[in-house]
Amino acid sequence: MSEAIINIKNLTKIYDDVPAVEQLSLSINKGEIFGLLGPNGAGKSTTIFMLLGLTEPTSGSIKVCGIDSTKSPLGVKQRVGYLPDDLGFYQNMTGLENLLYTAQLNGISREVAEKRAHHLLNQVGLEDAIHKKTGKYSRGMKQRLGLADVLIKEPEVIILDEPTLGIDPKGVRELLHLIKKLNQEKNLTVLLSSHHLHQVQQVCDRVGIFVKGKLLAKGTLNELALQLFGNDNYVVHVEANPITERLLNEIKELPEVTYVNQITATSIDVFCKKDITPTIAKKFMDDEIELSNISKKNYGLDEIYHRYFEGRESNETA
Amino acid sequence: MKLPNLNKIMERFQSTEKKESNPSVFWSIVRKEFTDYLTSWRIIILLLIIVLTCVGSLYTVIVTIKEALDATEQAKEIAKDSHLFLKLFTSSDGSLPPFITFVTFLGPLLGIALGFDAINSERNKGTLTRLMAQPIPRDYVINAKFVAALLINVVLFFSLGFLVMAFGILLLGLPITFEEFIRIICFLSLCIVYIAFWLNLGILFSVRFKQAATSALAGIAVWIFFSIFYNMIIDFISKSYLEAVTSAEEMVNRQGVLLNLMRLSPNYLFSESTTTLLSPEIRSLGPLTMEQTVGALAGPLPLGQSILLIWPQLTGMIAATLICFAISYILFMRQEIRTN
Repeated sequence: MSEAIINIKNLTKIYDDVPAVEQLSLSINKGEIFGLLGPNGAGKSTTIFMLLGLTEPTSGSIKVCGIDSTKSPLGVKQRVGYLPDDLGFYQNMTGLENLLYTAQLNGISREVAEKRAHHLLNQVGLEDAIHKKTGKYSRGMKQRLGLADVLIKEPEVIILDEPTLGIDPKGVRELLHLIKKLNQEKNLTVLLSSHHLHQVQQVCDRVGIFVKGKLLAKGTLNELALQLFGNDNYVVHVEANPITERLLNEIKELPEVTYVNQITATSIDVFCKKDITPTIAKKFMDDEIELSNISKKNYGLDEIYHRYFEGRESNETA
Repeated sequence: MKLPNLNKIMERFQSTEKKESNPSVFWSIVRKEFTDYLTSWRIIILLLIIVLTCVGSLYTVIVTIKEALDATEQAKEIAKDSHLFLKLFTSSDGSLPPFITFVTFLGPLLGIALGFDAINSERNKGTLTRLMAQPIPRDYVINAKFVAALLINVVLFFSLGFLVMAFGILLLGLPITFEEFIRIICFLSLCIVYIAFWLNLGILFSVRFKQAATSALAGIAVWIFFSIFYNMIIDFISKSYLEAVTSAEEMVNRQGVLLNLMRLSPNYLFSESTTTLLSPEIRSLGPLTMEQTVGALAGPLPLGQSILLIWPQLTGMIAATLICFAISYILFMRQEIRTN
């Protein structure tokens, strides 16, 4: 049975009469990777700031590692590593010096700090840039140094605010891989916020969708998909030439199909209750139509996310 | 039953250890800021300018005094009683302004240069959030920056002052009296307070303005206002204000009003107090009527009396410094850390 390491209850933060976070309740278990998803300005960063005790909540309570963030932020900050989204380092200091300075601020002795810093810099793949000034680091290198910087105090929880922002795909993959590895090896709890869905999808155990200060849904990806899409669980994407009217009607009449969405003249999406990819493929084969692509779409976060935003936008315009 | 006792002791030990670890964290921030200042070109250039101008003015003074001393035997006797050492700081041969003029003029610039980007550069570079995510109290950041900049000043002015004294003794061959020594120490401390005022003004602007350029310009604007325009404005006012004066008493009153207006400027407070400290023969800072001076013996004031004379100026300057710091402290503590 896993215990909750972050416990948020009825958290509300109001900036100038506008609620940035509203009645947020969330608990994150020890050792899990939780993804906080949402568009810019949804209140993700505000929530993180309140977790660290950098901003005072208007009402509600937050406990991190059993410590109240609002009353004793120092205790929380000793146990929590935070990687901000607009990460910066002292440019005229080398990567190593920056890490050692952070270690000093955490009251870690010089010898221990040096040992840890070298180990971490190796781990994040910056062993060649140890003595390079951080002013000359690339964005991806800075992000990796940031991760080392977060880990030097050996935290129980790490909070990453948009960790993949502005890094190339390869860098993102490596970074996420590293996060996953750390999570498994050290049983670190990871809370990461992002608006990049695919990336989060790869590593998160659970996600929460955060829009306009409210947590709309949370759970594993499957749970979310089920919550949202109900019965239309499968989508089969077909590309073929030509797609005849007769064939379309035939597919529509299949008992498992709920509806068919024609995207272009040569491609359709078939929404169905069961996985009937073979049946559909067979239909095309029987008609001797050139079938160039048939694939089953998984509901990724993209769709989940889109559904929420579509819902939100239609509410707004209404 | 012994074990819990031991645990309690251990606990107490650990808690005191934790409390003691905080100051060391504070000093490591100070150390880092201090190193930053010493390695930044901006400060190096300013320090060089200040050191060079001061050394230049001192050198010319020493040369002229030395010539005067060597001229006659009598001069040496007179010199012993007339606080010649203090003249090193206040007089000049006309080619270069004296030491105190340089300090009055360049000191504020140094203070502003040390303070103007203290907070906003951290914010713009994104290091502030990272710093605030470490287990340090928020005020450590602003306090440490202030202390580090102040340390730079202390080191600079005391080393300059002691160098001057050493050169004075070596080149003039005159021993320094204890009173002169104390007066010089007081003068150096006064310089530090004065620069601390400008430093705090810089820090205040750095908290208030998000852009470093804005806060630098605001600081320099205040500096130029007080060092150039304020005098002009007072001159302008005094012309019309003193025109239709009928009695001597009224004249004295009005002069007093003008003087108090002048004293709103930190530069004026500073120059009043430094000249009083370094020229013991000054016995009043306000207007003196003939009746008051009649019968007075011309002679230097003792140190205690000089300090008494500038006590209001001194407290005024310290108060202004503290007010600036308090405002920036409060602003910083209440400010949102997030950048956007």
